[in-house]
Amino acid sequence: MKQLVILSGKGGTGKTSVAAALAHLAAEDMPIVLADADVDAANLELVLAPTKREEHIFMGGQKAIIVADACTTCGRCAGVCRFDVPHPHPPSPLSLSHGERERGGRGGVGEVYTVDPLACEGCAACVYQCPAEAIHMEEQQAGLWFRSDTRFGPLFHAHLFAGQENSGKLVTMVKQQARLLALDEGRELLIVDGPPGIGCPVISACAGAELALVVTEPTVSGVHDLERTLGVGTANHFRVPALVLINKADLNPTHTAHIAAYCQARGIPLAGQLPYDNVVTAAMVQGQPVTVYEPAGAMASALRAVWAQVRARIASDSEGET
Amino acid sequence: MLFLDCDVEEPNAALFLRPALDQSEEAGILIPQVDAERCTFCDRCAQVCVWHALAVVGRRVLVFPELCHGCGSCTLNCPAGAIREVLHVMGRLEAGRAGPITFGHGILNVGQAMATPIIRQLKKKHLTPGDDRVVILDASPGTSCPVVETMRGADFVLLVTEPTPFGLHDLRLAVQVARDELGRPVGVVVNRDGVGDAGARPRLDWVDAYCAAEGLPILMRIPLDRHIAEAISDGTPLVTARPEYRPRFAALYERIAQEVAARQEAT
Repeated sequence: MKQLVILSGKGGTGKTSVAAALAHLAAEDMPIVLADADVDAANLELVLAPTKREEHIFMGGQKAIIVADACTTCGRCAGVCRFDVPHPHPPSPLSLSHGERERGGRGGVGEVYTVDPLACEGCAACVYQCPAEAIHMEEQQAGLWFRSDTRFGPLFHAHLFAGQENSGKLVTMVKQQARLLALDEGRELLIVDGPPGIGCPVISACAGAELALVVTEPTVSGVHDLERTLGVGTANHFRVPALVLINKADLNPTHTAHIAAYCQARGIPLAGQLPYDNVVTAAMVQGQPVTVYEPAGAMASALRAVWAQVRARIASDSEGET
Repeated sequence: MLFLDCDVEEPNAALFLRPALDQSEEAGILIPQVDAERCTFCDRCAQVCVWHALAVVGRRVLVFPELCHGCGSCTLNCPAGAIREVLHVMGRLEAGRAGPITFGHGILNVGQAMATPIIRQLKKKHLTPGDDRVVILDASPGTSCPVVETMRGADFVLLVTEPTPFGLHDLRLAVQVARDELGRPVGVVVNRDGVGDAGARPRLDWVDAYCAAEGLPILMRIPLDRHIAEAISDGTPLVTARPEYRPRFAALYERIAQEVAARQEAT
């Protein structure tokens, strides 16, 4: 089983539309599994019309809970907490707030320390420092993950609850489930739609991949973003061979040439170029991969050429293994 | 005014504003350094660390910087006072000026997993209580911790979306975080207006219908226009490429300023 991860530094480069089209084309050639690793903005399901088969709870990190009646309002917790930002409107994870002390707690009426769960890092430093032992940690449900069926193969996807941490852990979970199913059912290719950026969810999305397809745009930041994205694997001590796809290539021929030259100088093959074309959005509106929506169009034929490149790379990689 | 690019994974605002960056400093978190002379190898530090960033192996204490979140709990709990903290560099902060704008951004080093410490430090460096400058913070895409860290403390959150299924889906999530979880007032800018009409008969007002139902004001519309896309791809700000947008952006700012002022009066 091979793993292809689709990445982009910036958001909105067309990564998910490319992933959906490759899912369609790949499924015509081999049995595949899909994983949406963009867990805080999972869009792949919007163009694959999945039927949900399983839903599972994802437990994220722990958050501090202060028992109001035990709090003496000494302020030690807020003093040791490092995850606040001095700001005109102090949004500290631990703050004095009104209410919930009518039952006559030890600190008097009115104010008690509370935890802002969105700001709490879960470090438990306050738990150990509270002289009244009023604070404990509680595991929080941070999201859901799903196994669904699509006409191209099973899809593993997730929903990280608003503002939750641990997206990297959820990505790892989604990919692990997808890999297990692929191995069980003898599916040949796992296509991972990755998140934007270079942080923890991207690192998790890249881990174990045989090939990364990096979707970029010919903009003033194109080469810069590309360089940072390509560096993620290398810097984390795993080397993922990359192919670069220039989307909206005709929008700025100068930058397209610049990206192509950058890739050539570093021996990074180009997977191709896609035109600037609203047909991608038209397909999205219909909830379809663009290769299904307009199979005879220029966009679809460009994407078929991309898939041919990807397939060849994956196949040559297999020969190297044996 | 102050502009902070908080998209530290892909900081690109400088390509448009072209500031002269004359300040640079290392950024990261404070990680433990154990004094072997004082350490009694009691294992307390490893026990309190929820990230498993410390391990006591025989008469050695191993520290794993990539697991550490810099909370300082180990230092606070060490009975021998054997831990001091040193900066673990994860990126850098740069600052300078672009005409009348004070500019700052953070750059996460490639390979580092955690963007939030850089964002937190960037805000801490530039935002001081009592400062009454107008501050614009540019957030990364999505709704997870880097975005939350950027929005915390903001007086107003402006959400830029596209009238497409993807745009609407992600807008809903952003509204959940900004308005429902963080309690911030929000407004919407519809970018590439008309793009979702492609292939749809009759016209589908994806984002409009949602905003109307939720009572979210649409403060501006930027039409789908290849010429705008071309200008942006060259790093030309919209108000430079299309001067007719200058009064529209000025009006957008006024509208937000009034909203913020009205809320501050109410509280």
